[in-house]
Amino acid sequence: MATYQLNVNGRQREVKVDPSTPLLWVLREELKMTGTKYGCGISACGACTVHVAGIATRSCVVPIALVGDRPIVTIEGIGQDAVGRTVQDAWVEKDVVQCGYCQSGQIMSAVALLKAIPKPTDTNIEESMGGNLCRCATYVRIREAIQSAAQQLK
Amino acid sequence: MRAAIEVKKDLNLNRRSFLRVTTAAAGGLLVSLYLDHPASALESSQAAPAKVYPPDAFVHIRTDGKIVITVNRLEFGQGVQTALPMILADELDADWSQVIAELAPAADVYRDPVFGIQMVGGSGSIAHSYQQYRELGAKTRAMLVATAADRWHLSPDQCRTENSVVYGPANKSIRYSELAKDAARKPVPDKVNLKNPADFRLIGKKVRRLDSRAKCDGSQKFGLDLDLPGMKIALVAHPPVFGARVKSLDDREARSIAGVLDVFEIPLVKGSGVAVVADRFWTAKQARDRLQIDWDLSGIERADSTQLLTSYKELAGKTGNVAVNRGDEKAMDRVAAAHRIVAEYDFPYLAHTPMEPLNTTIRFDGNAAEAWVPSQFQTLDQMAIAEVLGLKPEQVTFHTEFAGGGFGRRAVIDSHVQREAAVIAKRLRGTPVKLVWTREDDVRGGYYRPMHAHRVEIGVGRDGMPAAWRHVIVGQSLVAGTPFAAMMIKNGVDQTTVEGVADTSYDIQNFHVSAHNPTVNVPVLWWRSVGNTHTAFVMETLIDELATRAHVDPISYRRKLLKPDAKKLRAALDLMDEKSAAWRNKLPRGHASGISCHESFNTAVACAVEVSIENKRPRIHRATIALHCGLAVNPLTVESQFQAGVGFGVIQLMAKGAITLKDGRVEQRNFDGYTPAYIADAPVSVEVHIVPSTEAPTGCGEPPVPVISPAVVNALAKLTGKRYRSLPLVTI
Repeated sequence: MATYQLNVNGRQREVKVDPSTPLLWVLREELKMTGTKYGCGISACGACTVHVAGIATRSCVVPIALVGDRPIVTIEGIGQDAVGRTVQDAWVEKDVVQCGYCQSGQIMSAVALLKAIPKPTDTNIEESMGGNLCRCATYVRIREAIQSAAQQLK
Repeated sequence: MRAAIEVKKDLNLNRRSFLRVTTAAAGGLLVSLYLDHPASALESSQAAPAKVYPPDAFVHIRTDGKIVITVNRLEFGQGVQTALPMILADELDADWSQVIAELAPAADVYRDPVFGIQMVGGSGSIAHSYQQYRELGAKTRAMLVATAADRWHLSPDQCRTENSVVYGPANKSIRYSELAKDAARKPVPDKVNLKNPADFRLIGKKVRRLDSRAKCDGSQKFGLDLDLPGMKIALVAHPPVFGARVKSLDDREARSIAGVLDVFEIPLVKGSGVAVVADRFWTAKQARDRLQIDWDLSGIERADSTQLLTSYKELAGKTGNVAVNRGDEKAMDRVAAAHRIVAEYDFPYLAHTPMEPLNTTIRFDGNAAEAWVPSQFQTLDQMAIAEVLGLKPEQVTFHTEFAGGGFGRRAVIDSHVQREAAVIAKRLRGTPVKLVWTREDDVRGGYYRPMHAHRVEIGVGRDGMPAAWRHVIVGQSLVAGTPFAAMMIKNGVDQTTVEGVADTSYDIQNFHVSAHNPTVNVPVLWWRSVGNTHTAFVMETLIDELATRAHVDPISYRRKLLKPDAKKLRAALDLMDEKSAAWRNKLPRGHASGISCHESFNTAVACAVEVSIENKRPRIHRATIALHCGLAVNPLTVESQFQAGVGFGVIQLMAKGAITLKDGRVEQRNFDGYTPAYIADAPVSVEVHIVPSTEAPTGCGEPPVPVISPAVVNALAKLTGKRYRSLPLVTI
C-alpha cells in the first residue's frame, strides 16, 4: 500500500492503494467515479479512456504509481471544458447512445481528437476512434456527432 | 440528502403492496408504495389480452407534476426505456418533458404479456407491450378525466386532455398532479377507447432517448457500477474445460494478499470453481491469479472445434430430423447433375461479449435477499437466486439494473451467473457481494452462438429458378433439456436451428429441410437474431449465386422468387431498390454492390451495400437499408437500431470473429483474440428507410443483424469471383 496525491478533474484527491492498481480501479473503487468503465482490462476496447495530462489514455493499464502529478480528467469532469461540453451535447443531439456503456470512452477519445485536430477527416476519426469498441456499433452516429461538434466549435 | 417521500395508500384489500426505495434522478430519495395484484389473480386469467394490469404499477403521477412510468423490461440499448413510456404517455396525454422512466423490479405484473415471463428477447418488447402500454395510458387518463368531471359536475365526455392537463368547458382546467390523489380512488375502467392513430402526439415521432444525457456525462449507473455500504467483490476461477471440477486447491498465496477476505470452492451449474472475495476488484483479481488449482478433467468431454467441424460436415451429408418436406421429395433426381449446385457452409462459435462484463450483486439476510441484476430474464434469474438461497422467489427483491449490452447473453435459462453469485452471497450472509465476470471469464465462459454446418443441394430449373432444394443444418440445440424444449423443439428439430430457412419467404416448390442437433460439451445460447445469423447468410448468398448464374439482376431475381404473401419483404425490397439505385448505378472502380433481404421476428429488411477491398479486408463504404416493422413507434430509435445493428452483424466477417476450442479449452481470451467490429470495420454510413405502415409494430432489435454479412460477401463475390461459405472471413 502506498499513498498517492492525484489531481482529478481539478481537485486534489488522496488515495491509499497498492502501487500496481490501475488508474481505472482507483477512479471506480476509491474515488467512486464510475463513469469510467471496465470493458477488457488490456487496453483493447477503450471503455476506460480518460485524459492524463491531456492525452487520451486507457486507464485500465496505467498503474497508479506511474500517474504522478499529471492532471487527470474523466467523463465526470470533461463537461467543464468547452470542447468536452460541445461533444457531449452533440452526442445527445445526434441520439448516439444505445446501451451507452462505451460512450464515456468514446466521448473522451473524441474530445482528445477535436483538441488535436479541430476539423477531422473521416480518416482522422477512424484513426483516433479506432481503438474504441462499441458492441452496439453506434459508429455511424459517433462519426456524425464528431463532425457536428467540429462544426459547433468553428 | 434531501428526501421526498410519497406514499400511496393501499386502498384495495385484494392487492398486496411492496415498498420500493430508489435514488431519484435529481439525487433525492423516492419511496413509493406500489400496488400489485397477487400472482394467482394474474395466473388465473389465461389469454394475454384479457389480463388486467393495475395502472398504478406502471404509472405514478407525482404531486410535483412528474410522471414516473415503469418499464417492464431491461434497457440495454434497444431503447424501450424511451419507447414504452412514449406509448403510455401518448394515450395518457402526458407532458413528455415531465416523464421519468424507471426499470421495473422483478414482479409478476411485469411479465411479458405474450411470453409469460419477465424478459427481453425475440425482439418482443414493443411488439408485445404496445397494446398493453396504450391501454395503461388510456385507463389512467380515463381515471383522471373522471375525477376532473366529478369535481366540475360534468360528464367525462365534456372534458379533453393535453400535456398533463384536463380541460373542461368555459376555460376550466386542472393539472393531472392535482387530480392524481383522488383519481387513485377511482375504479380502473375495464374498457377504454384508444386514440385514433391520427391523434398520436408521440407515437410515430422521432423522440430522443431519455437516457442519453446520463450516458454522456458518466452519471448513468449500470449493474457493474453498483456500490453498496460494506459491499465486497467476488471473482470466480472457472475450470479450463466446461464441467471440470476442482481436484485440489492451494490458496495460501492468494490469502496472503491484504484485502482478501475469503477463498472457497463453489459448485457451478456444471463442475465446480473457486470463489475469491475481496474488498476491491483489483485485489480479488490479483488473488485469483495466484490460486494454484489442480483440476479434475476425468470423464469430461474435451471439445475440439476442428474435429467438430469434420464431424458436422459428415452429419450434414445425411438427412436429419425433418423440419420441412414440401412438394416432391424426388424432384432433385430429375435435375441433371450439371444443373445442381452443392454448397457446404460452416460457421464458428460466437461470443456475445457485451461491453459491460457480466455481474450480479446479492445480499442474503437469512429469510430474505436483495439482488441487483442487469437481466434479460428477471423471472428466471429471481427464481434461480431464490432456489440457491432456499427462499421463495418473492422473498428476493430483484432490481433490474441498466445493462451495457447483452445481445442474448443476459437471457440465460440456467441463470449460471446469478447462481454463482447466490452461492457466494449465502456464505457471506449479511454482506452484499458483487460477482464480476472479467472479460476473460466472458470470452472463455461458454454460452456461445453454436457452431453450424449447412449442406445445401439445389436443382436449378430451366428458368434459372430453384426447382428442388435439399437443406441439412447441423448445430447444437439451444433449448434441449430445458423447460423451453417442449415449446421450441418440434419433430426433434430445435426450431431456432432452422428458422430463416424452414420459414423462408422464397417460394421454393420442392423443398426439404432437416437438421441434426448434436450434443457437445460447450454451453450455447441465443445470440442476437438467433438462427438467422447463419440461415440468412446461407439463403441470401445462395439466392445471389442463383441470380448470377441466371444472369438476372439480384433484386429482380428475389422479387420473382418471393412468395406472393411476402408483402412486407417485397415492400422493403422495393424501397431499398428505389433508395439505392442512384449509387448502385455509378459505383467507382474497384467497388461493388451487394444485396440481401430477410424477414425475421416479423420485421422485413432489405439491404444494399457498397464494398471495396482495402488491405485485403472488405471495406463497407455504405449501406442502404429499407425495412418494414409495422408502425415504427420511435423512428429515431428504429433508425439507430438498424444503423448500428448492421455494424454488430459485421463480427461474422471479422478475421478474428470466432471462438475456437482445442482439447476442451477456449483458445481466445479477450478482444485481442476475439475481435468484434471497430469503427473502421463497420459501414461508414448507413441510410435507413422505413416503409410507412399502420400495422401493429414488430421488433427491431434483432432483424438488422442477419442482412449485413450476406450482402457484403455478395459484393465481394463480384470483386473476386469467389463465393464465401466458411466464416469467419479469414482471407478474401
